[in-house]
Order: sequence, then C-alpha cells, then structure tokens
Amino acid sequence: MKRLYKIFQTLLSTYYAYMLEYRAELLLWALSGCLPIILMGVWTQAAQGGAFALTSAQFARYFLAIFLCRQLTVVWVIWEFEREIVEGKLAFRLLQPLDPVWHHVWSHIGERFARLPFIAVIIGLFILLYPSAFWIPDAGTSALFILVSICAFALQFLIQYTFAMFAFWTEKASAIQELWFLFHLFLSGSIAPLEVFPPGVRQVVEFLPFPYILHFPASILTGLPVDYLRSFLIMGIWAGIFYAINRYLWRKGLKQFSGMGA
Amino acid sequence: MNFKLNHLGKYFQLIRLFWSTAIAAELEYRMNFIFSALTSLGGLAGSLFGLFLFYGQGYHFQGWSWEEALIVVGIFTFLKGFSTAFLAANLNRIVKHVEKGTLDFVLLKPISSQFWLSFHSMSLWGLPDMLFGLFIVLYAGSKLELSWLSYLSGLIPILFGATILYSLWFILGATSIWFTKIYNITEVLKGLMDAGRFPMVAYPVSYQVFFTFIVPVAFLTTVPAEALLGRVNPAWVMGSGGLAIALLWFSNQFWRFALRFYTSASS
Repeated sequence: MKRLYKIFQTLLSTYYAYMLEYRAELLLWALSGCLPIILMGVWTQAAQGGAFALTSAQFARYFLAIFLCRQLTVVWVIWEFEREIVEGKLAFRLLQPLDPVWHHVWSHIGERFARLPFIAVIIGLFILLYPSAFWIPDAGTSALFILVSICAFALQFLIQYTFAMFAFWTEKASAIQELWFLFHLFLSGSIAPLEVFPPGVRQVVEFLPFPYILHFPASILTGLPVDYLRSFLIMGIWAGIFYAINRYLWRKGLKQFSGMGA
Repeated sequence: MNFKLNHLGKYFQLIRLFWSTAIAAELEYRMNFIFSALTSLGGLAGSLFGLFLFYGQGYHFQGWSWEEALIVVGIFTFLKGFSTAFLAANLNRIVKHVEKGTLDFVLLKPISSQFWLSFHSMSLWGLPDMLFGLFIVLYAGSKLELSWLSYLSGLIPILFGATILYSLWFILGATSIWFTKIYNITEVLKGLMDAGRFPMVAYPVSYQVFFTFIVPVAFLTTVPAEALLGRVNPAWVMGSGGLAIALLWFSNQFWRFALRFYTSASS
C-alpha cells in the first residue's frame, strides 16, 4: 500500500510537470471545447422568447457547469494506448511491476491540475458576460459536485479504456471512440439539458451511461432536481459492465500482443 | 501565389496528380470510409435533433421557419465536410513540416509553396458530410419550392465562405512557423465554427458581433443561407466577397512574412 502511494505520488508529479510544458497546447485544447459557451448563447436567447423548462439564467448556469464538467472529464486514453500498441511501446510498460493503466490515469489527473488556471479564467469571463446569472454553490453542493465529477471521470475513462482494448486487434480503435463520442455529444446533455428533451427520449437516455458524465454533475452544481439514488445506481452498473469487459479484453489482448521484442 | 496564366494548366495537372495519389492511398482503408460515413450520418442526426429541441416546443429563431433553419444546418454540414476533405489534411500538415524541418523540401520545389501545402492532399472522409449537407439543402429547398436561380445565387456566397474558411485555416497554420507545435489551433477554429449550426439571429447581440466581426462565422452559413432564400441584402454578399479576397491576399502575404522567420533544420 505504501509502495503504491509512493508510486502514485511520483507519477502525479511527473505528469503534472510534463503537462506544464504544454501549457499553450492545453489552452488551445480547452478553448476548442467552447461549444457549451456557444450553446449558452442560443439557449439563453431562446429562453427569453419561448416557454422552456429552464429560465434564461438557469440555462446560462447549466452551460457553464457543462463546460466545467467537460474540462474535468475529458479523456484521450484511446489515442495514447493505440499508439503504444502500434509502436510496440507497450512491451516496455509491461516489464514494469505496475499495471500500465496507471500511467494513463495519472497523466490525465496531472493534466487536470495544469488546466485549473484556465478554468478560472473562463469563470471570470462568465461573470463578465452574465453577471446576473452568477451564483456560488454552498459547500455541501460543491463537495458533492466534486465527488460526482470524479465518478464521472472514472466512468468516462473506463469506457474509453475499454474501447482502447480493441487496439490489440485493429489499428483504428479510435474510430469506435469517434462514433461513441457522437452519442456522447448529443445525449450527455452537452447540447441541451435533458429537461428540454422530449419526455420519451429522456426516459430512454437516462438508462444509458451518457447523461451521468455531464448532465448529472452539472445538475447538482446548478441545483436542478436530481434522483441521487437512481443516478448512482445506473452509474455503478455501467461502470461494472465496462470494468468486466475491459479486464476480459485486456487478458485476451495480451495474449494477442506481440510488440517489438515481446 | 505567383500564378502566371500559362502555368494554370500545370497547376491543374498537379492537383489531379496529388489527389489521385491521396485517394488511392485512402482506398486502402475502405472500412474506415464506411465508419466515417456512419459517423457523418450520426452527426447529422444529432444536428437535426439539436435544432428540433427548439422547434419541437413551438419556439423558432426570429424569421426562420423549420425548413429555412434546415438550410443553415445543410450548409454547415457541407462546409464541415469541405474542411475535412480539403483543409484539415493539408493545413494540419504545415505544423508537421515545421516541427520535423521538412518544410525545406516544399520550399525547394519550383511551384508556389502555399499552393503545394494547400492542395497536396484530399481526404475522402469529408465526402459523406458534403453529400449529406447537399441533400439537406435540396430537401429543405424543395419544401420551400426554391427555383434553380435561388440555388445559383446561394452558390456564390458559399464559395466566398469556403475561401474565408480556407484563408483563416491557412493563416492559423502559418503561425506554426513561430509556435512550432500547435496541432490544436485548428481545433479552436473548428470549435468556433460550430456556431454556424444556427442562424445568427439565434444568438444574443454580443455573440452576433463576435461571430461577424471577430471570427466571421456569419459569412460561412447565415449569409449563404439567406442568399439562397433570396432575402439577403446585397451588401452582405459583397462584404463576404470583399472579406474573402482580402483574407486570401492576407494569407499569402502572411505566409511570405512568416517564411522569413523560418529557420530550417539544417540552417
């Protein structure tokens, strides 16, 4: 346990330092996730003219929260993993007495910290744009939000890492991810809160993993009604399913894998 | 671009050669093409769903009926396909050339380096989006009973829009001479382009100003759609043309200026 703690601490500080090298690139990445800010404009404008489930200010808050959640849950493990397989680098990682997944996990977490200053800037911009919509969630809500965001990140990571396993068999596993991302984009609540979906669609979507990665934490932060028990349950079930598939494919894939020198 | 008229034939022949090689290379991955067609279809379905969320509840963007708003989505999808097919593959490579120091080989070739970098490749992956976009425009157009003249008058601002998009992309790509590793700068442009999914009136005024004068997204989809619908103020189309020409010229000047700062791997 103590050994693991030491390893994780080292990995985190290494990857954090590594990510700081790419600050300009990180800024661009974060900027390219500006879709929620664009949609914020359309929906706040629409809410002033039409009858929607949320008010203009609620829309503004919701999309700021979505922006935050996207920054916190973004995952790119499949592209890294694919490269390691294609270039045979996984072979070296396998020699280490540590599951290679931890390198990816900690590089993601390290990157999150490098992103924080940028997130602060965007929040500042939000206050300038919509001063009346600005709100400060209380401590309990914030704590819950952070907890759920961590779970959401874990689920998102688990899903993508499971798709990454297909890299053992095909050179283009990331194509699966790209198709999946489309569903994620439209069903996770990032183009619009589920509250404005047609009720039938919403009921189906709520059983899928998508809304729990963005809509669920965003709803907590903005104070929209949430069914905690059911949400956690569905999240847990999906995490379990993907974990099982992931470990199964990992074992199968390793037998398949023949990197340089392996 | 040092075009001379008698060289034009040579350039066309080069484009043909470039693209046939690029297509041949991509045909090796036929499964990927099917996948990208599926992805495009999914993206389109999502775009339509996004629009439906507004119109399904009786709300509509001021002065835009459902079919009219569909035309904006169609043009947006088409331009997205255009940028995948012609811009992304080429202009993202500028960054790679600079990083690896292989830009020298391009500069040594006896043709305009901007031409070489802009047309060297094309990707079939963009075609599904272009086709679906066209389909949506034609579908909505037939519902609105548009004449062929309307389509024709829409074509010109779309060409301007494509030129604006190309120029912006190229200018951003050219900045890699200084910044070297900026693979994601075009992602930012792509992200901002997403604003073109909806007609400009859907946005608050501050956004409209931003997307007209700072990042000219309005000229990419809204102006062509309005021209197609036959209700655009000619000043907008002329403005669009002026902007396209100015940006194209600027991209060329900017490229020459940037090259002065290029120090190759060996020099």
